[in-house]
Amino acid sequence: MDRLRRSLLSLALSAAILGPVAARAEPAAITVASTTSTEQSGLFKYLLPKFTEKTGIAVKVVALGTGQALDVGRRGDADVVFVHDKAAEETFLAEGAGVKRHEVMYNDFVVVGPKADPAGAAGGEVTQALRRIADARAPFVSRGDRSGTHAAELRYWKDAGLDLAAIRGDWYKDVGQGMGPALNTASATNAYLLSDRGTWLSFRNRGDLAVLVQGDKRLFNQYGVMLVNPGKHPQVKAKEGQAFIDWLISPEGQRDIAGYRIEGEQLFFPNAGAGKS
Amino acid sequence: MVETLAESVARLASLDREVVAIAWLSLRVSLTAVLVGALAGIPLGALVAVVRFPGRQALVGLLNASMGLPPVIVGLVIYLLLSRSGPLGPLGLLFTPAAMVAAQSVLVTPLIAALTRQIVADAEAHLGDQLRSLRLPPWRRAGLLVFDVRFSLVTAILAAFGRAISEIGAVLVVGGNIDGFTRTMTTAISLETQKGDLALALALGLVLIGLVLLVNAAATILRAYAVRAYG
Repeated sequence: MDRLRRSLLSLALSAAILGPVAARAEPAAITVASTTSTEQSGLFKYLLPKFTEKTGIAVKVVALGTGQALDVGRRGDADVVFVHDKAAEETFLAEGAGVKRHEVMYNDFVVVGPKADPAGAAGGEVTQALRRIADARAPFVSRGDRSGTHAAELRYWKDAGLDLAAIRGDWYKDVGQGMGPALNTASATNAYLLSDRGTWLSFRNRGDLAVLVQGDKRLFNQYGVMLVNPGKHPQVKAKEGQAFIDWLISPEGQRDIAGYRIEGEQLFFPNAGAGKS
Repeated sequence: MVETLAESVARLASLDREVVAIAWLSLRVSLTAVLVGALAGIPLGALVAVVRFPGRQALVGLLNASMGLPPVIVGLVIYLLLSRSGPLGPLGLLFTPAAMVAAQSVLVTPLIAALTRQIVADAEAHLGDQLRSLRLPPWRRAGLLVFDVRFSLVTAILAAFGRAISEIGAVLVVGGNIDGFTRTMTTAISLETQKGDLALALALGLVLIGLVLLVNAAATILRAYAVRAYG
């Protein structure tokens, strides 16, 4: 009897623990694979509740580098991808993994480095800054994670006329991590790096770092959103996913994106409809 | 460091419902995984200890080695299994708490099995002759031995809980660190570290350590109570 009672008790305990995990009723929810910059800058925390309040659709964000986020979409593990690497996005579309690309907003990259600026990178264009950093062999932190920011960095080295494979040495630190860890590494070693402005503005552990180069037209960083192709992955919540995309590019969504500020500074600039592909 | 610590303590005071929800999810996922691990691992470990069969030594070695399974590899394999493009894709479990339970169960089952095997084997060395003279089938012997060492097994369970609640590799890969849904203590600490908010990360770390202490204290008290009542 005693044993039976104990068994029943442990069963009841198990059910109490298991129950909430297993039997959580889901309201309509979509999964969005996006980038660390949109998550870590705080944009989603500000934006998503507004969408959910209006439509009742919850949005679950998996924040990864752009390359990984697109891979999650390719495998059908997300309903929507919201990333920033136009070339990679167009490949995604060409493979038939996505339905249609909509431009949503842009922000910009900044070159961040030690305030003392030993390489003399400040002031000019991004390409000139990179050439000076390479000449000085000053410590430089690279994301190295196939993210949109990493892709942009590699593009800028090329634009600067430098062959990264030939010049890279100990000064070039490839950390293979998100924007935050890369900023932490740069802050700890007083290194230069390329950051998106949003993550930089919300980053708390700046140490001696400051923005050295900004405003160069090349530093423009376009975000695009795509529905994962329901023809390829039938479980994709096409209706809810499309509702999210439509809202993002609607006047209302665009206004809300523009309204997100940190310390009075606007982080993302809506530009839906400026160019579609 | 000292400043950060002081700021952390201040931040702890202002911890809100969100942190409570994250801690609760961590606790639920890890306790469920430990429960699954115990239900599978204790019988497995006890049987391996009691039954003689060819290849047993190899299996024991394998069990012991798999206590060191890298969480991120377990996470990756479960990810590939649960992905929509994987064999278990239709279940739609990727990026859910259930996926995290599955990954952590895989992590802790061999740990519980290996520790159980050792504890039961030691008990059998003491009681083996008497037990064998009863001429019981192996599963009955295993059952009796497990009952005999039940209080020692609490340590194995606690070790498993410690491994589950503190790992990040597996829950990050299969859970996706989704805000309000699959964000656990460890993935939240990692996220705040990435955002450079070291004070908040440290504060969350203190909460996690407190949680582990609480669970261990509860287990110790329960065990002492049970020893007195039934030992």
